[in-house]
Amino acid sequence: MTTHAGSAGSVRKTAPPVEGVTPREPLAARIVEKLGGGLVRVLLLVVGLFWLVPTIGLLISSLRPPDEMSASGWWKVFSEPSQLTFDSYQKLLENSDITNSILNTVLITVPATLLVVIVGSLAGYAFAWMEFPGRDWWFLAVVGLLVVPVQVALIPIAELFGKIGLFGSILGVVLFHTGFGLPFAVFLLRNFFAEIPRELLEAARLDGAGELRLFFRVVMPLAGPAVASLAIFQFLWVWNDMLVALVFTDADSQPITVALQTQVRQFGNNIDVLAPGAFISMVIPLAVFFAFQRQFVSGVMAGAVK
Amino acid sequence: MASATAGARKAPAPRSRKSVTGTRRSVAALFLLPALVLLGALVVYPIGYSVVRSFYDQSGDGFAGIDNYKELFTDDGIRTALKNNIIWVVFAPTVTTALGLIFAVLTERVRWGTAFKLVVFMPMAISMLAAGIIFRLVYDQDPDKGVANAVWVGVHDTFAQSSAFPKAHPGRRSPLVARDGGFVTRQPVHTGEAVTLPLVGVAPGQMPDGAKKAVAPGADPGKITGTTWQDFTRGKGVGTLGAPDPTELGYAGMRIEAVKDGKVVASATAAGDGTFTLPAKADGALLRLPASNFKEPYNGLDWLGPSLVTPAIIGSYIWMWAGFAMVLVAAGLAGVPRELLEAARVDGATEWQVFRRVTVPLLAPVLAVVTVTLMINVLKIFDLVFIIAPGSSQDDANVLALELYRKGFSEDQPGVASAIAVFLLLLVIPVMWFNIRRLRREVRR
Repeated sequence: MTTHAGSAGSVRKTAPPVEGVTPREPLAARIVEKLGGGLVRVLLLVVGLFWLVPTIGLLISSLRPPDEMSASGWWKVFSEPSQLTFDSYQKLLENSDITNSILNTVLITVPATLLVVIVGSLAGYAFAWMEFPGRDWWFLAVVGLLVVPVQVALIPIAELFGKIGLFGSILGVVLFHTGFGLPFAVFLLRNFFAEIPRELLEAARLDGAGELRLFFRVVMPLAGPAVASLAIFQFLWVWNDMLVALVFTDADSQPITVALQTQVRQFGNNIDVLAPGAFISMVIPLAVFFAFQRQFVSGVMAGAVK
Repeated sequence: MASATAGARKAPAPRSRKSVTGTRRSVAALFLLPALVLLGALVVYPIGYSVVRSFYDQSGDGFAGIDNYKELFTDDGIRTALKNNIIWVVFAPTVTTALGLIFAVLTERVRWGTAFKLVVFMPMAISMLAAGIIFRLVYDQDPDKGVANAVWVGVHDTFAQSSAFPKAHPGRRSPLVARDGGFVTRQPVHTGEAVTLPLVGVAPGQMPDGAKKAVAPGADPGKITGTTWQDFTRGKGVGTLGAPDPTELGYAGMRIEAVKDGKVVASATAAGDGTFTLPAKADGALLRLPASNFKEPYNGLDWLGPSLVTPAIIGSYIWMWAGFAMVLVAAGLAGVPRELLEAARVDGATEWQVFRRVTVPLLAPVLAVVTVTLMINVLKIFDLVFIIAPGSSQDDANVLALELYRKGFSEDQPGVASAIAVFLLLLVIPVMWFNIRRLRREVRR
C-alpha cells in the first residue's frame, strides 16, 4: 500500500501538485527521511543497549550474593556497588563437579576440533585434487549431509554406542561431533583447496614431491585462513553444545553445559551456581570470538547453510 | 547418466583440476577413508536406522506400520510442538532477517557502526544454554528482579495510572459498602452535608507521597464536601471511629464519583488532606469510590506463562541470531554498487524509495539465503526452549526437537521419536536438494 503511494507520489515531481491534492509521501518514507541524522544514532544506541543489557545483567548477577539476588534486581548495584563479590565464583570453583565439567568441555572440544580439521582436510584435498571415479558425486553427497539435523542421529547412535561401549564416554561425544562437523569441513576446505593455483602444485610435483609431501608441505601451509575459520567454527560449535552431550555423556564425562543444565530446574535457588557458571562457560568462546572475529565471520558466511 | 551430463557440458574445457600427481586410487582412498567411515557410521547410518525404526513399535520387535506417524498428528504433546514449530519457522527467521537488514543499512550511517555490529553479533559466540540462563533472568516475573518486566511496568505506569490503595476496604460501622470492586455509600448525600468516607487497610509504607493529616470536612451550603482517609483505629479509647484523628492521613488522590441512577453526574479527586468538594448537581447521588482506586499494582507480563512463553523464547532467539543476519546482509550490501544508489538519489528518489526499490531487490538473494538458513536452524531449536521454559509451561512451549528428546530419552518411545526425526529430515530435504544443485554447477568448472 505504502509503496504504491510512494511510486505515484514523488519519484520525480514532473507535474506540479494539483491544488488541494498534495502528494503524500507514505508514512514509512517520512520516517526514513527524518531518520537522516540524529534519530538513527539514538535508535542504534537504544538497540545496542537492548543487546548489551541482558549480558550485563548476567555478569552483575553472578557478582552478587545469592540472598541479595532473591531480594532485588541486579541494577541495585548501581546504588550499592558494595554488594559486588566474587564469592559465587570462588564457591563454584571449589565445586569439583563444576571444575570437572569444565575440564571435560576442554577434553571434548579440543579433540573434536582437531579431528575435524585433520580428517576434513584429507578428504577436502582428495575431492579437490585427486582423481577417482564419481569424485564430484561423492562430494555432492557429502554437501547434502550439511543440513542433516543432529536430532536424527541421537537415538541410533545412542544404541550403537551402547553396544560398543562408547556410551557415556568422552570419546563417543568427540566422534559424534566429528561426524557432524565433517560435511561443513569438507565443503569449506575442498572449495578452498580448489582455488590453489595448479602451477604451484605442478611445480612441487616436478621437484619430486610425493602426494603426502605435497599435501603437508604445500597445500596445508596455504590453507591457514580456511583452517582457522573451520577450527573456530567447530570449536565454538562443540564448546557450546548441550544437546549432544546431554544424550551421550554421564555424570563423569559431562561438559559444563550439561552440568549447569541440571541446576536449571530450581532456577531461583541455584542462581548462585547458574549465573557465574554460565559466565565462565562464555569466557572462552567470547575470547575466541574477539580474538578471531574476522575468521569467525568468514566461517559463518561459508557455513550459511549449516 | 551422471557422467553423460557432466561430459556433455564440459567437453570443450579440459579438466582443470586433474590430478597433478597421477594419484593412485589407493592413495585417494586413504585420504578419503577416515571421513567416509565417520560420515557413514555417524550420519548416514543413523538416517537409515531412523527411517526403519520409525516403522517399528516401542520395543522395536513388532512392525507398527505408520502408527508412529499417525501419532505425530494425533498426540496432543506432538501437536502442540508442531504448532509451535510452525510459529517459530514463520516468525523467528523473518523477524531476525528483517532486523538484520535494518541494522546493516543503518549502521552504514554512523561512525561507530563497527562497534554496534560487534555488540549485536556477540551473542552468536555464546551457547544457547548461557543465552537461556541470561533470558531466564531477563524474563523473571517479578518487576523488581526481571529487567523485561521492570522496563515494561515502567512504561505501563507512565501511561496508565497505577492505583494507590490496593488493599483499602471499609472498617467497622462504615458508611460504605463494596460494589463492583469499589465502594459506594449506603445513603444518598445532599448539599450542605459533610460526608466522611473512611477506609482501612493501606499499609503505612504504601500511602501516597502527598498524603497529609486528614482534616474533617467543613459543611458548605451549596455543595457537598467530604473527607476520605485512613480511619486507623488503634483499639478501645484511642482515636475515634468515623472521624479523622490527628494521626490519620488523608487518601491523597482518591477519586470520588457521584452516581445517580447508575450514571456519574460529578467527580472529584481528594486533596492531600483527604478533602473533596462536589458541586450541587451531585445532590441526592450516591458517592462511589470506583474500583480503579483499588486495583492491585500492575505487575507486568507473565513472560514465561503459557500464552507468552513461545514469543518470549523467540525473542531470545532473535537476540542471538540478529547479528548473524546483520553480518551476512552487510556483506551483501558491501557488494551493492554505490553508483546505483547514487543514481537513484540523483533522480530524486527518497531514502525510503532507494531502500525499498534498489537496496532490497538487490539484496534479495542474500535475504533468501539468510532466511532459509535460519529456518533450518529454527526447525531444530532445542536448547533455548529446554532452558528458558520453566517446568510449568514447558508443555506449552514444546517444539519438535524437544519432543523428540523427551519421547526418545525420558518416555522410552524410540519409535515415535524416530518418526519425529524422519519428519524433521523430510523438512530439510528441499534445502539439501537446493544446496546440491547450486554446488553442482560450481563443481563442474
